[in-house]
Amino acid sequence: MTTQNTPAVRLGGVTKDFGRVHAVRGIDLEIEPGEMVAFLGPNGAGKTTTIDMILGLSRPTTGDVEVLGMQPRQAIARGLVAAVMQTGGLLKDLTVRETVQYTASLFADTKPVDEVLESAGITGIADRRVAKCSGGEQQRLRFAMALLSDPALLLLDEPTTGMDVEGRRSFWSAIREDAQQGRSVLFATHYLEEADQYADRIILISNGLVVADGTGSEIKALATGRVVRATLRDADTDTLAAIGGVDTVEVRGEQIYVHAKDSDAVARYLLNETGARDLEIVARGLEDAFLSLTGRTDTDAETGNSQTDDPTTNHETEGALR
Amino acid sequence: MSAIQGIDPTARRVPPMGGFNLTVLRIEMRRMMRNRRTIIFALIFPAVMFLVFGSGDQGAEKVGDGNVSAYVMVSMALYGGALIAAATGAGVAVERALGWSRQLRLTPLHPTVYILIKAFVALVMGAVAITAVNVVGLIKGDPQMPTDTWIYCALATMACVMTFAALGVFAGYVVPGENVMQILGPGLALLSFLGGLFIPLSQYSGTVRDIAYWSPMYGVAEVARAPLTHELPWYAIVNAVGWFAIFVLGAAWRMSKDTARV
Ligand SMILES: Nc1ncnc2c1ncn2[C@@H]1O[C@H](COP(=O)(O)OP(=O)(O)O)[C@@H](O)[C@H]1O
Ligand SMILES: [Mg+2]
Repeated sequence: MTTQNTPAVRLGGVTKDFGRVHAVRGIDLEIEPGEMVAFLGPNGAGKTTTIDMILGLSRPTTGDVEVLGMQPRQAIARGLVAAVMQTGGLLKDLTVRETVQYTASLFADTKPVDEVLESAGITGIADRRVAKCSGGEQQRLRFAMALLSDPALLLLDEPTTGMDVEGRRSFWSAIREDAQQGRSVLFATHYLEEADQYADRIILISNGLVVADGTGSEIKALATGRVVRATLRDADTDTLAAIGGVDTVEVRGEQIYVHAKDSDAVARYLLNETGARDLEIVARGLEDAFLSLTGRTDTDAETGNSQTDDPTTNHETEGALR
Repeated sequence: MSAIQGIDPTARRVPPMGGFNLTVLRIEMRRMMRNRRTIIFALIFPAVMFLVFGSGDQGAEKVGDGNVSAYVMVSMALYGGALIAAATGAGVAVERALGWSRQLRLTPLHPTVYILIKAFVALVMGAVAITAVNVVGLIKGDPQMPTDTWIYCALATMACVMTFAALGVFAGYVVPGENVMQILGPGLALLSFLGGLFIPLSQYSGTVRDIAYWSPMYGVAEVARAPLTHELPWYAIVNAVGWFAIFVLGAAWRMSKDTARV
């Protein structure tokens, strides 16, 4: 039948403006049934806005969105799409079980409440008030609610924000186990490590555009290399650019920034042949990869970095790169 | 063959009645009963007020079909019902602020059905509050009125209570945060004084009475007691219908203006 080739998600020329803000500036993509895909991008990239449109929570300014060949709201009404949202609230005065029962009662067909509590690993806290649950437990509850309708597509918007390392690991193993059953999963994250570890495919988003789309190793290759920074007056940028493995050379006042695959050669040249001092070598983070992919300027680079609310991002990125 | 192993999109059904069901009503009701403040102010306080003001010596004085005690009982039941309905209405904006509405938008529940469910919960909770005062009255034995008058008063009160459910929704959107009831609670008490629920309007000076005729509690109070008093001035009906319309339109206006992320 034709349904066999229907993509789980299809976005065609989708844009979304909020007044003067162009949150999404033109996204085309298809997600195949059974794929596990990461939306990777810094804060403000447009991930949540895109997910909202896939869920029919908001309408695109232009372009169209199809979910399993239907309009998003039609798919939601049939329980075909579910989501664990970044900001999805819970009622604090309900118990965990009541919350799942409440949600279950709204669908035409659902899995048994007890079964879903079990797969999300919250059977033990079923009678606890939501107010008394930890952040990780609440996230598992949201996951349980998302599993109720046995959706063909599951969307997760930065689902592990605020969880500790152990919480993250067990949350993802629950998701992975579940995804084996052939569900399509699309999750947003700003951790390259998380995207690389759990997704078959990474879609890199920046400034409301898809800037790269490929497997984890393809995306990581974009973010390899190091940055050598030093204080040096009147740098000879041509000579620097000619060193093997140098990608770009930037001069900001007395500071020079050399992006290179072979940082040792650059450092050796700077220290031996020039008066460079205060030299520093840092791994090129995901932010830098975004910058080079989107061709933003230096001033943007500063804002780009400050948008990252989580100071550990760069660190984790480095970890993933090694 | 299905697109996804084990999941056939074409076989999925849409729930009937936009997702309306009894489980949701039951859980919503349980939530309201769990709120200690609601129980105290909407169920216990009106009953105590009735015992203090409605069962004294002057309670036996005749009013319409019955006595003063019956008159006070109907008034207090209206106060309790209004308060609990307002609390239910205010819940709409609170749930919106908490992001629960956004969560519900990921289910087949139709937004209109959600509002209908809340209205229904307000009505049923109103009925609970009205019943509480009436049961106390019945046990105490002071209120005197024919049984059918008793029933008509209770039904009229239930209808009147919906005005305050709409006020609750409206106020919830205007006053952000979870503390709307801290304003609505004292506010409703004030309106009840002004509207003649706690003190008869005849006790006020002419000026205060002229203001009272325009206040939201006056019209509904007259309507709720009309089966007993057989008195219903035309301006009381205008007042009751007018304020109901104002609060419903206000609530609808704030909800439609609410364009931020659902
Ligand atoms: N309701 C809104 N009104 C105005 N601007 C918004 C709104 N929602 C998102 N934006 C803006 O759109 C951009 C993309 O936001 P978002 O999709 O939340 O990014 P991400 O989820 O990738 O962090 C940001 O600049 C954000 O400030
Ligand atoms: Mg986001």
